[in-house]
Amino acid sequence: MAQERKIKIIVAKPGLDGHDRGAKLLARIFAEAGMEVVYTGLRQTPEMIVEAALQEDADVVGLSSLSGVHNYFFPRVVELLREKGLDDVLVVGGGIIPLEDVDGLKSAGVKAIFGPGTDTNAIVDFIKNNVRN
Amino acid sequence: MIPDVERHSALMLTDVAGEILKGSPRAAARLITWLENEDPRAFPCMEALFPHSGRAYVIGITGSPGAGKSTLTDKLTQTIRSSGLTVGIIAVDPSSPFTGGAVLGDRVRMSQLSLDPGVFIRSMATRGFLGGMARATGEVVKVLDALGKDIILIETVGVGQDEVDIIGIADTTCVVLVPGLGDAIQSMKSGIMEIADIFVINKSDHLGADQLYTEVTTRVEQDHHIKGRPWLAPVVKTVAVNNEGMEDLWERIEGHRRYLKASGEFMQRRRERTGRETLRMIHHEIFRLVRRRLEDTGEMERLVGEITDRKRDPYSVMKEVLSGWLKQAGPTGEAS
Amino acid sequence: MSEDKSLEKLKAAKEKWEQGSVQKTLSKAPERRKVFTSISDIPVERLYTPLDVADLDYERDLGFPGEYPFTRGVQPTMYRGRFWTMRQYAGFGSARESNARYRYLLEQGQTGLSVAFDLPTQAGYDSDHPLSMGEVGKVGVAIDSIEDMRVLFDSIPLDKVTTSMTINAPATVLLAMYLAIAEEQGVPFGKVGGTVQNDILKEITVRGQYIYPPKPSMRLTVDLIDYCFKEVPKWNSISISGYHIREAGSTAGQEMAFTLADGIAYVQACVDRGMAVDSFAPRLSFFFNSFTNVLEEVAKFRAGRRYWAKVMKERFGAKDPRSMMMRYHVQTGGVTLTAQQPINNVVRVALQAYAAALGGCQSLHTNSYDEALCLPTQEAVTVALRTQQIVAEESGAADTIDPLAGCYFVEAMTDRIEAEIDDYIKKIDAMGGTLAAIEQGFVQKEIQNSAYRFQREIESGERVYVGINKYTMEEPPPANLLKVDMSVGEVEAAKLKKLRAERDAGKWKAALDHLREVSQSEENVMPAVIEAVKARATVGEICDVWRGIYGEYRPKEFV
Repeated sequence: MAQERKIKIIVAKPGLDGHDRGAKLLARIFAEAGMEVVYTGLRQTPEMIVEAALQEDADVVGLSSLSGVHNYFFPRVVELLREKGLDDVLVVGGGIIPLEDVDGLKSAGVKAIFGPGTDTNAIVDFIKNNVRN
Repeated sequence: MIPDVERHSALMLTDVAGEILKGSPRAAARLITWLENEDPRAFPCMEALFPHSGRAYVIGITGSPGAGKSTLTDKLTQTIRSSGLTVGIIAVDPSSPFTGGAVLGDRVRMSQLSLDPGVFIRSMATRGFLGGMARATGEVVKVLDALGKDIILIETVGVGQDEVDIIGIADTTCVVLVPGLGDAIQSMKSGIMEIADIFVINKSDHLGADQLYTEVTTRVEQDHHIKGRPWLAPVVKTVAVNNEGMEDLWERIEGHRRYLKASGEFMQRRRERTGRETLRMIHHEIFRLVRRRLEDTGEMERLVGEITDRKRDPYSVMKEVLSGWLKQAGPTGEAS
Repeated sequence: MSEDKSLEKLKAAKEKWEQGSVQKTLSKAPERRKVFTSISDIPVERLYTPLDVADLDYERDLGFPGEYPFTRGVQPTMYRGRFWTMRQYAGFGSARESNARYRYLLEQGQTGLSVAFDLPTQAGYDSDHPLSMGEVGKVGVAIDSIEDMRVLFDSIPLDKVTTSMTINAPATVLLAMYLAIAEEQGVPFGKVGGTVQNDILKEITVRGQYIYPPKPSMRLTVDLIDYCFKEVPKWNSISISGYHIREAGSTAGQEMAFTLADGIAYVQACVDRGMAVDSFAPRLSFFFNSFTNVLEEVAKFRAGRRYWAKVMKERFGAKDPRSMMMRYHVQTGGVTLTAQQPINNVVRVALQAYAAALGGCQSLHTNSYDEALCLPTQEAVTVALRTQQIVAEESGAADTIDPLAGCYFVEAMTDRIEAEIDDYIKKIDAMGGTLAAIEQGFVQKEIQNSAYRFQREIESGERVYVGINKYTMEEPPPANLLKVDMSVGEVEAAKLKKLRAERDAGKWKAALDHLREVSQSEENVMPAVIEAVKARATVGEICDVWRGIYGEYRPKEFV
């Protein structure tokens, strides 16, 4: 019997912002949902995040931003993933993200944006339902 | 889950091994996933890669949590890199026995190495495997080896004294101790003393470091004389977070490597390891097939019911299953 | 003697009530929950009576405002003399825009300034550094050089306003710039007043804006405190912070405990430097959070004041009463505000401001209701300021001192929280002190466990969060959100180019060389930093000097 496949997810905070309460909480919650979570820590550049996703063969990349930098960083991560041939990696984002920016982020390739107060079970379900085969 | 979309750049089965030999980290990452999941696609790749493995030198880093293994691995890698060698790192963390998930947090401390093309870092969850590593770790070593990494560092879980499987994989095993965590007393009682080729006293700027150093050195010398262990394990002081002691440690590792080669122990250990590993693989695969057949046909359920009701005993059940299997497998094998 | 007897009587009466009326009511209608706990996981009983404060000794435990143990307040007349300082945190984009916002707030009645810096500035990077990409001017004002500082305080007299600067790792640099500008305005250092946060320990545990490893960071911290004590006597040289600890998910007790633990570490570092406790301690100040559970918050502040007074007196041997006073600024809880139904946040902030006033803070920032959506609009900021003014003028909270004293529940809670603080401090001491506890991840793990527990309570519905897990509604997307000008980064980069081309290169180099020298000696770095900023060295350049000497810090992450 083969080992059960585990969803591998990178949880990253791009940029200089140090508020990691949400990111760490989600890392823990994802692990409790049976996923294998690579928590990359603070001060990640898009290049570092994508390299980690590549080496870890991640299924999902979760990005957290509370300092208004999402419009710069999130699309950049998607762009770099594509450059490396990692198109089928699911990219999701969360934090303090104005509703009016969500459409732009989605057309840039971020599959979902989870704002403050989102039920974490909903986030887990979304990932399980949208992760690649 | 949505179905995979056909893409021209999708990794094809036979390409993976070829890509790895050309140095593709992405292909290596995918094969490692297959190995972790016991995906049958892994076997032909491993067959193709095996002749290209056996070159890399494997170093195990073990010790209790809080010893600073990740920082040590990070800084040691930087030292190794400055000598021009490439490095593969496998960082193992425990899976939760309840949820099956894991937080793999070792990579955090190696941020700087993320962008070094000469370094490949992979985190692995134990997935219930005991012994301090994941079941597939030994296989992953071969992948990184074939990928072209000169040195492979394995950072084990190292939770307790039973996590000693690292010696089955590493050429040099480093045990990291820290003053003030009760390490001295604990390690004396455990198998840790036996498995260490090198002792590292990290956070050696802390109170109690000198005392720990003395305790460990004394014990090592005792073992050397009393038990006649040929290798005298050096004890190295480091302060990994300040990048102190790394060159010393690397020198000692190279020293151990030279000793192993000169004494012939290197090949002897590898032979022993290969023997154990091969038997383990056979065992694992046979069991997997037997179990799958029993479960798929519903036979397992039926037998368990009979044994529980005490209509049958497990001993005769075992003999019956085995002889049935051996008849299926081939002409040889003992009859019951 | 008769007191004990009357307590016995009361106990019996209470039991009679519980077994009688209460049981009768419960059998018809149970209480809403089996067990009531506060948001900080403290059990809350049905009723508090004199039995719960039987050991309370007024003079020992409460005392009088302005006197040891300062439980009731650090000042004898408190708000009857003067309201708390209404100090709204602000700053975004360029120094020019921030200056306009400051002048607006001062006109509207704000009495002190509070500066928010962008992340590159907080992390010691210039606006054109690769890591600053996308971050310049986002969460605060971008300050690269003394020129930016001059624009920031244009037409603002530094002898008439006090300024609080939320800056930590490069606090020496920003303070040096502020002092240099004061000098340009002709204001002597003796008249300059304000605060720098300068609290590196909480950066390491919960906020992430650290640069150097703990030891050299503490050196810079103490240099600043020492310099201010001698040269800038009205300056509050450190704002030991619990706000961020609470935002990271701690309980009220942990917020106070870990902050005071940090405080102990700083005081110890100064004492180890050879500074006399009573010389610098009067200028220490704190910064706390204020959540919506008014009574618990008031208890927290009172417990903190009492505990800190005891610490300073008994552990550090302070003699000057001013050394024992826990003077603090409060900001209402940012993390409590919801993106859903944002107008609800006005109510939350009002309660939190009320708690801060009842608790006896020295200055207060109230959050804007749109905080969870973006950086606040001018309209929202005005409502926040009016909230303070209404609490001050209309609620009665400011007309008598520590009005909740003697309230059975609040006194019991005060004792409870003080016991929790003491428990943590003892544990931390046993680990070898605050730095050791942080290194081992003890503080971080406690905070994360509290955050996790809270999250679970919200998701299970055990704890109601209006608008989030109960009383939710469909809402149209919010309008009128503040948009940050994306071009700030480019503008700043151009300014830097110009600055570097036009400054006196010889003077600049000499200043940085001198700074490097001093930083490797026992000498206080502040004079050399002031010299460097006057020579138009940038924040990044000065911080790089120290990066070269002390290295960059990469702490362990505890998930």
